[in-house]
Amino acid sequence: MLAPTIIFWILALLAISSALMVVLAKNPVRSALFLVITFLAVAMFYITLSAQFLAAVQIMVYAGAIMVLFLFVIMLLNLSAPEALKEKGTLQRPVAAILGAIFITLLIFSQALLEMPTKPALANEVENLGTVQTIGLSLFSPKLPWLFPFEITSILLLVAVIGAIILAKRKLD
Amino acid sequence: MVPTHYYLVLAGILFTIGVIGVLVKRNPIVIFMCVELMLNAANLTFVALGRHFGQTNGQMYVVFALAVAAAEVSVGLGIIVMMFRQKETIDIDEVHLLKY
Repeated sequence: MLAPTIIFWILALLAISSALMVVLAKNPVRSALFLVITFLAVAMFYITLSAQFLAAVQIMVYAGAIMVLFLFVIMLLNLSAPEALKEKGTLQRPVAAILGAIFITLLIFSQALLEMPTKPALANEVENLGTVQTIGLSLFSPKLPWLFPFEITSILLLVAVIGAIILAKRKLD
Repeated sequence: MVPTHYYLVLAGILFTIGVIGVLVKRNPIVIFMCVELMLNAANLTFVALGRHFGQTNGQMYVVFALAVAAAEVSVGLGIIVMMFRQKETIDIDEVHLLKY
């Protein structure tokens, strides 16, 4: 077995097991910490897919900013006590497991997934696909359609900031 | 190079774990984490297919998905904090203001 394949399997095992622990953990703080491991595994997948810039951004935005926000809210609401939310023993869990099994079977064995054209692009084409230079050139190039969405993103973030401030105000008249 | 459909199947598994988490959990913060998991699975398919076809388009989509995820989390957690202030509980089954 080649080295990239071995690395892929190790990372896949890490990602899937920590994602399962996000769902299975009783304590939300533990869920958040396992989610950090999943994000780091996905960042390493980005490196193996030659998306170096996105790997760095993934670690900064997801594992840094978003997870700090999650942990901050968990601490703020003081929900870390496991008895705060008892899971009722309803029909919900087996039904969810059955639906999930059906979903993953349909997803994996749908012919579209496995009948990809098997010849990927050449390795030397792909090598610097995700460097900062390539990403920046295609993000800001006037010939490509990414410049306008990039500007719109600033409005989206502004709206999110204003919305978060208004929602977090103490009195809402 | 690892074949592309390995990555696609892995992303499918991660997405399904996120779906099951959303269906099972009753803590809205953990539900949000599972939504983030699903977003990450979708991003992984974008990057894998972008490498498969040798184009930067897949990575561009992921850049925008990151910005949308950050905005979504900030607003969603604000809603959860306000929900907790009004109802003094965070159980998602107790919050059905829009149901009737």
